[in-house]
Amino acid sequence: MEIFAQQIINGLVLGSIYALVALGYTMVYGILGLINFAHGDITMIGALVSLTLIQLLAAAGLPAPVILLLAGGGAVMVCAILGLSIERLAYRPLRRAPRLAPLITAIGVSILLQYSAALIWGKQYIALTPIIEPAQFTIFGAQLTSLQAAIFLLACLIMTGLLWFIKASRMGRAMRATEQNPDVAGLMGVNTNTVIAFTFVLGSAIGAIAGLMVVLYYGLGHYFMGFMLGLKAFTAAVLGGIGNVGGAVLGGLLLGVIESLASGYIGDLTGGVLGSNYRDIFAFLVLVLVLVLRPAGLLGHQGGDRV
Amino acid sequence: MHMHTLRHVTAALIAAALMTACGKEEPPAPKAEAPKAPEVLTVKIGSASPLTGPQAHIGIDIRNGVQLAVEDLNTQGVEIGGKKVKFELVAEDDEANPTKATTVAQKLVDAKVAAVVGHFNSGASIPASKVYADGGIPQISPSSTNPDYTLKGFKTTFRVVAHDGQQGPTLARFAVNTLKMKNIAVIDDSTAYGQGLADNFEASAKTLGAKIIAREHTTDKDTDFKAILTGIKGKKPDLIMFGGIDPQAAPMVRQMKELGIKAKFIGGDGMQTPNFIKLAGDAAEGTMASIPGLPKDQMPGGKAFLEKYKAKFNQEVELFAPMGYDAVFVFVEAMKRAGSADPAKFLPELGKTDYQGVIGPIAFDEKGDLKNSPITIYVVKSGKWEPLEVVKPEATAAAPAAETATEKK
Repeated sequence: MEIFAQQIINGLVLGSIYALVALGYTMVYGILGLINFAHGDITMIGALVSLTLIQLLAAAGLPAPVILLLAGGGAVMVCAILGLSIERLAYRPLRRAPRLAPLITAIGVSILLQYSAALIWGKQYIALTPIIEPAQFTIFGAQLTSLQAAIFLLACLIMTGLLWFIKASRMGRAMRATEQNPDVAGLMGVNTNTVIAFTFVLGSAIGAIAGLMVVLYYGLGHYFMGFMLGLKAFTAAVLGGIGNVGGAVLGGLLLGVIESLASGYIGDLTGGVLGSNYRDIFAFLVLVLVLVLRPAGLLGHQGGDRV
Repeated sequence: MHMHTLRHVTAALIAAALMTACGKEEPPAPKAEAPKAPEVLTVKIGSASPLTGPQAHIGIDIRNGVQLAVEDLNTQGVEIGGKKVKFELVAEDDEANPTKATTVAQKLVDAKVAAVVGHFNSGASIPASKVYADGGIPQISPSSTNPDYTLKGFKTTFRVVAHDGQQGPTLARFAVNTLKMKNIAVIDDSTAYGQGLADNFEASAKTLGAKIIAREHTTDKDTDFKAILTGIKGKKPDLIMFGGIDPQAAPMVRQMKELGIKAKFIGGDGMQTPNFIKLAGDAAEGTMASIPGLPKDQMPGGKAFLEKYKAKFNQEVELFAPMGYDAVFVFVEAMKRAGSADPAKFLPELGKTDYQGVIGPIAFDEKGDLKNSPITIYVVKSGKWEPLEVVKPEATAAAPAAETATEKK
């Protein structure tokens, strides 16, 4: 029981990080129909920027909460500007091009970001010297650190905030209008360019926070860390129904738990034939199954083109 | 629309995977010198190791060792068969990738290198060894410890490090006999190195009477081990053994601490690096790892080498620079004895190597494995790797042979 509870906790924490990154994929897809493959790498940039800031600020001797706030703020800022410029420079000129063109551009941007990061931060794993010693709790016999709890709660807060924002705010309404039909939205006086740019900024900012979480959780940063994270988050977005914000949240959490349970129990269930190294396969098995059985995802509209 | 996009996405995913596999970086090319007088013979020495990617620090360490040897030899001035020789380093990046390793190997063969020091990873050395064997180029791996490396029957394949057939069992003897561990969980990173080491450890530990309560696998890219560790925690191990490299070992010990796992942690040479302590922080304390050979500063030529390396590169030796350094000298000694830098001529001499290197006496058995290498167990104590115990390979005949080798010098 305690092992099961522990695996669920592991999965939920991992899943809330996936979910945050998935939001960035799903929002852009919802509005532009574009899979922004550079999004995982924007998260990586957010992670490395916050890692560097934490180290610099810790060396300056600031208290931990201030460091986290400043590092998070700095990473959000850098990623927001990055998201904005990528949209402006790489995607906007291709807005009316065939769909494959921006997709390939997205992969190009992804590689550009990876190797720029490699130039700036080097190709080695970068360690984060812990600035806070997280407190440990025991629930149902499982270990939970205050850091894990904070990651989960903050992720939930961001996701609820985002759902509320899209539902209730003026900009959110403009986003939904653009999603349904950009041309008509434009005729109704919505500045679609601003809306699209804003979507990128918002997604990148949330990605930056996910990056900060990864750095704090694993204590490591690496120029290639966005690749796998991006693929997993993309899977989560598809699982939940890409284009659907609530679906990204559900997909992320579900994927985290599936992965955790799968890698925790597969060895025992198959008598050691399959090991926990097959864990990534589960994520992508889920992707394949969703594409075959329910292409629109769990919460996506079935049969409709619009999401 | 929907389905179409997703189909494109699948194609794009494949493209992305392929493209990342192709990313590469040229190592700095050795400076071309102005043409010399005709009797100076240029001999190219190849070095192949990961110069980019998560294992770059270890690969660069090897390349630096080779570079240092080449520079030292050029300063000393070597004559082979009456001709003055100038050595030249050709360094290649295999990205710790088995496929890339064969490409790089072919590139070195085509560049007509006389000999190759490499590769770092067993997974890279093994497929590359076929390419070198076909090209007739002798290869000394400074670090590949998977037993299979020398079992392919190639005459060109050597190593200057104890293999896992020696390291794994020795580690198991230490764990079971010295530490008195009974319930052991074994994890590996699914690479030729990690899995080989873990398999050998597991087999020996079982024979010695320990119980293997869990056998788990991860990958050499992962940093989340919570699920595996949680599963292991439920089986209450005394000891967790990991076959793998520091970028995985470090987060693993961190996550053990977070999950409240009290078991001891032991691993092989891939995690006995300063980097491991940097990455793992406080959680590194008490971690044990073995290294084939003697402790760096207890090597016969260790102190002087460490100082020379630090002065040249302004960083500490990570792991295998001394092995890379010695490998070059082993090649050159064989060339001198054969009076030729032609691989076909000096290859037979390599097997007769009896060289006193930085790492100690070097001699090969008929397979090309290093004879009688001792293994040292280290432990992390107040943020530093401290030698804990030197373990001899097998009690049989190993000790006297090692003594005679030292006496010769």
